[in-house]
Amino acid sequence: MSRELLKGNVAIAEAALRAGMYAYFGYPITPQTELLEHLARRMPELGRVFLQAESEVAAINMVYGAACAGVRTMTSSSSPGISLMQEGLSYIAASDLPCVVVDVMRGGPGLGNILPSQADYFQVTRSAGHGDYHPIVLAPASVQEAVDLTVLAFDLADQYRHLVILAADGLIGQMMEPAELPPMRDLPAERPAYALTGAKGRPPRRIASFYLQAEAEEAYNLQIQARLARIRQNEQRSAEYFTDDAQFLVVGYGTVGRIALSAVRQLRAAGVPVGLFRPITLYPFPEARLRALAERVAGILVVEMNAGQMLEDVRLAVLERAPVHFYGRMGGAVPMPEEIVGALRQLLPTEVLS
Amino acid sequence: MTDLLLEATTSHMETVYCMPQALSAQPTHYCPGCTHGVAHRLLAEALDELNMRERAILVAPVGCAVFAYQYFEIDGCEAPHGRAPAMATGLKRVQPDRIVITYQGDGDLASIGAGEILHAAARGEPITVIFINNAIYGMTGGQMAPTSLSGQRTTSSPFGRVGEPLRMSELLAVLPQTAYIVRRSLHNPAHIRKAKKAILTALKAQEAGLGFSMVELLSSCPTNWGLSPAEALEWIEKHMLPVFPVGDYKVAEAVKEL
Repeated sequence: MSRELLKGNVAIAEAALRAGMYAYFGYPITPQTELLEHLARRMPELGRVFLQAESEVAAINMVYGAACAGVRTMTSSSSPGISLMQEGLSYIAASDLPCVVVDVMRGGPGLGNILPSQADYFQVTRSAGHGDYHPIVLAPASVQEAVDLTVLAFDLADQYRHLVILAADGLIGQMMEPAELPPMRDLPAERPAYALTGAKGRPPRRIASFYLQAEAEEAYNLQIQARLARIRQNEQRSAEYFTDDAQFLVVGYGTVGRIALSAVRQLRAAGVPVGLFRPITLYPFPEARLRALAERVAGILVVEMNAGQMLEDVRLAVLERAPVHFYGRMGGAVPMPEEIVGALRQLLPTEVLS
Repeated sequence: MTDLLLEATTSHMETVYCMPQALSAQPTHYCPGCTHGVAHRLLAEALDELNMRERAILVAPVGCAVFAYQYFEIDGCEAPHGRAPAMATGLKRVQPDRIVITYQGDGDLASIGAGEILHAAARGEPITVIFINNAIYGMTGGQMAPTSLSGQRTTSSPFGRVGEPLRMSELLAVLPQTAYIVRRSLHNPAHIRKAKKAILTALKAQEAGLGFSMVELLSSCPTNWGLSPAEALEWIEKHMLPVFPVGDYKVAEAVKEL
């Protein structure tokens, strides 16, 4: 396989179908529309299902139906569209169905704008719909990582029978860079044991999320919590740069993680011992590794393209082990490496700077 | 002794009426006199007669029929309120050889799910919709529905409904990709027999891939109408039929040939 110049949205779309996505349902919204457009051509070519839904509400419920039928299925949208999908996301999660949702985040609240943002952190990690659960949330920092995490998203969704959200931002979706696509996987020969395929020669299968009795609903909730505990145990993912001897730590994910790496490199070139911790899973938040790093640094700077949302998870992971600071840009503004360097220089103790 | 007697009496008898295979052998939660039970039985009989039980998938609504997926001996799921046509679209598109049925009430289909039903019909999605119209929200205790009659008193229209009901069969029938859209009533045996025939035709239209099919069934809600079961059936005839005339609103040429 060779690397090719790919736009983030197109790369995610192509990676998804190569990972075995059999059905896609979506609705146009900037900055993710190229994803839908790519699949509008590719899925019929492969004899698979593509449908432009009448709304994001319908799209996620079509995904719900296809997931009930036991195929790999996906939708994609951007922040306001993800808001509209919350109802369906909750039902899918409460039905133990695997599916993948791509959120190419844009500036908000409200209609906001079409520029890159990370303001959906709460929306995607804090449950994505009503009820007690969290999706698995993956945050790519490059087109290549978007490709790799798209494949991983389908595998994790099937492994845990759980909702997985790929949380990219407008920059990842719109940017072009070289990336290697995965090989085309064969579609599974058989549907999973929960699939609604017609009760031929077997008892009927039923998929629902309705428990009238408190005890039954609580028992089901405990099952979700047990699954989430397994996910927290096994799936915390992060990347580290210059952390071996770092005395101060920057924490940023997705696009910001990448910009922060430039800032860290600049400071390293000047002999300042800073490092970068980049969460790849936003849920489960990679708290174990961050906690270990927090033991040995003088302080932590969280950088996000929002008003400080992951900041809460960092504080919960770090507790009082190190002071936690924040630098953020909002509304589609993207921080420059120099801004992060400036914020770090203000925070770094003189002994670290010298 | 009893068994012997039974055997003796049944050996020369023919079964003319029994529980449909497609219906689960369990009591339902429906109120006495509610016609959901009749509608369930008709659908189950039709599935049996068309030999569709083992390839059918039911999408249940939110509303009184929320447990419908348990009452049929077929694969089933439960949609968020109003979203059954979207879910059915997902189920049908990935397995076009299966029979996908939504069962929806008037609040579900004509109010919160108006967008989903309109677009499923407009796409000609080859699913079958059983639409229960009883002019009221039953499960939540008798509020105004989009199909409530003008002047109808409900718990949320205590002075009588202002405005006119939505006539969904008439509305959807104008869409070119619909195959079969009819309204029937469940208020007496003659109408019930016609309803059964319509359900059979709708399912056959789906099997033949002819497009979207819907059977609207005028139904009773004695509990929330504040009437006895018998009075409720009369209320359908006297008050609903003039506003919601039974009839064939769309029968595509290909459906006529079935």
